[in-house]
Amino acid sequence: MSITQATSPDRLTGGDEEVFVTTNKSVWQRLMANPTAVVSIAALVILSLSAILAPLLAPGNPLKVSPADRFIPPGLEHFFGTDNLGRDMFKMVLHGGRTSLLVGLVVTVISMGIAVVLGAISGFYRQVDVVLMRLVDGLMAFPGIVLATAAAGIMGPSMTTVITSLSIVLIAPSLRIVRGQVLVVRELQMIEAARSVGVPTLRLFTRYILPAVSSPILVQASFIFSAAVLGEAGLSFIGVGIGPKELSWGNALTEARNYISQAPWIVLFPGLALMLTILALNLLGDSLRDVLDPRLARRR
Amino acid sequence: MLRYLFKRFLLILPTIFVPLILVFLLLRLSPGDPAGMMLGDQATPEQIAALRTQLGLDQPVWMQFVLWLKGILTLDLGNSIFFREPVMQIIPRYATVTILLTAVALVLAVVIGVTLGLVSAMNRNKPIDRGVVTTAVLGISLPEFWFALLLIFVFAVTLRWFPVAGYNPPDAGIIAFGATIFLPALALGVRQSALMTRMMRSSMLDVLNEPYITTARAQGLPETTVLGRYAMRTAAMPVVTVAGLSAGYMLGGAVAIEIIFALPGLGRMLVEAVGRRDYPLVEGGVLTISLVLAVLNLLIDLIYAILDPRIRYQ
Amino acid sequence: MSAHSAPMPAEIAVPPAQRRTVLEVENLSLSFRNADGLLPIVTDVSFSIRQGEAVALVGESGCGKSITASAIMGIAPENAVIGGRIVLNGQEISALGPKERRRLCGRHMGFIFQEPMTALHPTLSIGRQMTDTLKHNLGLSQSAATQRAAELLDRVGIPRARDILKGYVHELSGGMRQRVMIALAISCGPSLVIADEPTTALDVTIQAQVLDLLEDMRRELDLAMLFITHDLEVVGDFCDRAVVMYAGDVVERGESADITRRPSHPYARGLIDAVPAHDDGRTRLTPILGTVPPVGQWPEGCRFAPRCGRADEKCRTRPHLETLSHTDVRCWHPLEAGA
Repeated sequence: MSITQATSPDRLTGGDEEVFVTTNKSVWQRLMANPTAVVSIAALVILSLSAILAPLLAPGNPLKVSPADRFIPPGLEHFFGTDNLGRDMFKMVLHGGRTSLLVGLVVTVISMGIAVVLGAISGFYRQVDVVLMRLVDGLMAFPGIVLATAAAGIMGPSMTTVITSLSIVLIAPSLRIVRGQVLVVRELQMIEAARSVGVPTLRLFTRYILPAVSSPILVQASFIFSAAVLGEAGLSFIGVGIGPKELSWGNALTEARNYISQAPWIVLFPGLALMLTILALNLLGDSLRDVLDPRLARRR
Repeated sequence: MLRYLFKRFLLILPTIFVPLILVFLLLRLSPGDPAGMMLGDQATPEQIAALRTQLGLDQPVWMQFVLWLKGILTLDLGNSIFFREPVMQIIPRYATVTILLTAVALVLAVVIGVTLGLVSAMNRNKPIDRGVVTTAVLGISLPEFWFALLLIFVFAVTLRWFPVAGYNPPDAGIIAFGATIFLPALALGVRQSALMTRMMRSSMLDVLNEPYITTARAQGLPETTVLGRYAMRTAAMPVVTVAGLSAGYMLGGAVAIEIIFALPGLGRMLVEAVGRRDYPLVEGGVLTISLVLAVLNLLIDLIYAILDPRIRYQ
Repeated sequence: MSAHSAPMPAEIAVPPAQRRTVLEVENLSLSFRNADGLLPIVTDVSFSIRQGEAVALVGESGCGKSITASAIMGIAPENAVIGGRIVLNGQEISALGPKERRRLCGRHMGFIFQEPMTALHPTLSIGRQMTDTLKHNLGLSQSAATQRAAELLDRVGIPRARDILKGYVHELSGGMRQRVMIALAISCGPSLVIADEPTTALDVTIQAQVLDLLEDMRRELDLAMLFITHDLEVVGDFCDRAVVMYAGDVVERGESADITRRPSHPYARGLIDAVPAHDDGRTRLTPILGTVPPVGQWPEGCRFAPRCGRADEKCRTRPHLETLSHTDVRCWHPLEAGA
């Protein structure tokens, strides 16, 4: 089965650092040979930089209302135009990206982290597995956004709410993937051997399981990231995401609907930024899968 | 066959109850008291306590859940706190819209996805295939609610082919209904159709390499039969599986779409009910979505069993 | 045996010399078109099969046997470029378009695959697969097609034919599956049946039964049969003539008895020595060293030379297929007859 080449068993016997260095290097090299990967990584770097550097690139409070400057079409003064409150859309898009990407990053880290721990436990303890998998079934069939909406609506709109609810909803798919991989890995002889000589479970986990599941996790992470960015935008758009005092791409679109005929640019730019981010993440995920697991890649 | 369906049914049970329990707990454990909200700022603590008793909110959480489950069995989901009307009467009004919207979107997604996937697979590595593959990647990355806004701008505001928002029930005539449901369904279905295109393409490419396709050709069957019956029969199965998941996503995506197009659906109702702490209505809404999905998934299992005789014997 | 409602060649005993030629393959070549140009797969294959005759196409895997068969059937991959002439029952079918070629499949040519489990559709009933073919090729009605399908299953030795028609391939045993495959291949009364390693995937005990069935069908229906195999024992027992292929070339061609007993080409000799012989007391088993060179990496000159003990300078130029005393051989240093 697919312990991908990047983490083939013989490599796992080395020290921890060595494992990760070898793995990362070869993956990175192969990734750089893939044009789609290069383009998507470049796009993500640009998007991240413009978000991080937003205060420098577009200084000033993006939410500052300026009634005199309403509905100015895109031009040299306002690259992306202004909205119904006279706010500069370029500024809003750059600053909004900070929220969107931050939420995406944090949700990915939290949900993947929990998924890895639970997945490892699930893969090793039969009883836990039965219960967890039924929970995952339940969560996966149900539309995550409805749960997140309910949760976010109940807890009140805030960054914490969005991160919490999206993290919970996005654990399920990753958990299933990690658990499947752990089930495969635990049957490997070296792990059987390590177990039989009494290597503590925790050490077993960090030294053998984690490196072996790192490839599918990496692939999954890009898709979770994209789902989280989309989820945040969706929740904020319907008004149960981050509060109206904060700024995100989804938030920026909420009011836009009412002015779509006067000022289509209010709709265009935040959405374009959102789509570009999701596209880059999806393409990165696809090419990571190509690089890490040719067997899986054929299936898409 | 019946045994198989019974087993599938047992597996579907958690998909009904896990979301319910989650939402039930969330509602009860979160701050915000529906009794207080209903009565407003001027209410005395006594009045609030009385209403809480009346609504059963003074009971322990597990007791409330047991009582609510009992209610489901007797088809009594309680009264909406906001509408002061039985939940069982409110839900169908909204659910119909959402189910119709999702159904139309699902049909659109399947038709678009299967067609493009087939065309793509038939023309592997030709320009048309590359075009479809690229479009599919773009489609997967397209946020529904943003696409909905773009559709409104192009087809409703600029071209004026469709109304900007609003809803006509099917009773109003198929054209009036279609005019209000088409854009929302298209917006809702676009990501899923892109996913299905990719699924159909890869599945078809796999199947075309199967020896039984060569056999069918070697028997002299015309290519239309080979593709339409022999290849489609097996290639469609992953798409059938995906359709269930797609419907789930769509019921979720429907929330934003209903708000954008001002459709009186379940998703919009839920967001409003959550905001009003209308516990019975939220729970009823979540239950409805769970049940719709459960029925749909059973239906898909049934189609699967018809398509693939092998699983009937497992 | 039951009565047959559709035409099927009657059992006739025609002396071999008077039998008409069913299939003629002349200088068949096949290349794959890829980004770098044309990649030759099969070069210069010629043979013919008469009515009632079984001809073996022998060689290791990767020699181009199966692709030759698919070129004859007209089901080679789309990027294949085919040269030479293929004549079926006097008609030059290599000149026909894909649609006309497809029309010959089933009606004039039947195909039996190596692995019936994957060669039969997993989710269409056996009856459906058979009646689809019968209805399309012979224009039968649904009921007539079902009737005929049941007769065919009966004929290939499948009990409870009516029940089996309703069943699916995964419900059958390996031997039964191959019988269904055979029934399907002969269902529309073809004059030529191509069997691609029809027994390789089966248990040894079943292999003999399936071979017997094929033999029966050939005699009964007076079929011309192209038998693709790597098993020389089967060639000797079952086939009238044999064509030995190596790396896309015919290297020896003749009566199968001659080839299996006194081969002239070192490769044919090697194939025979690689079979554990048990009838004449020898237990020597000499595998041919090395492997078939992959397509695109064929040596200049004689393609077998790198693996051949007799190769010398002369083998750097390409030998032609020449008629020796009893067989046609493509070799500069053929073995003496009986060596």
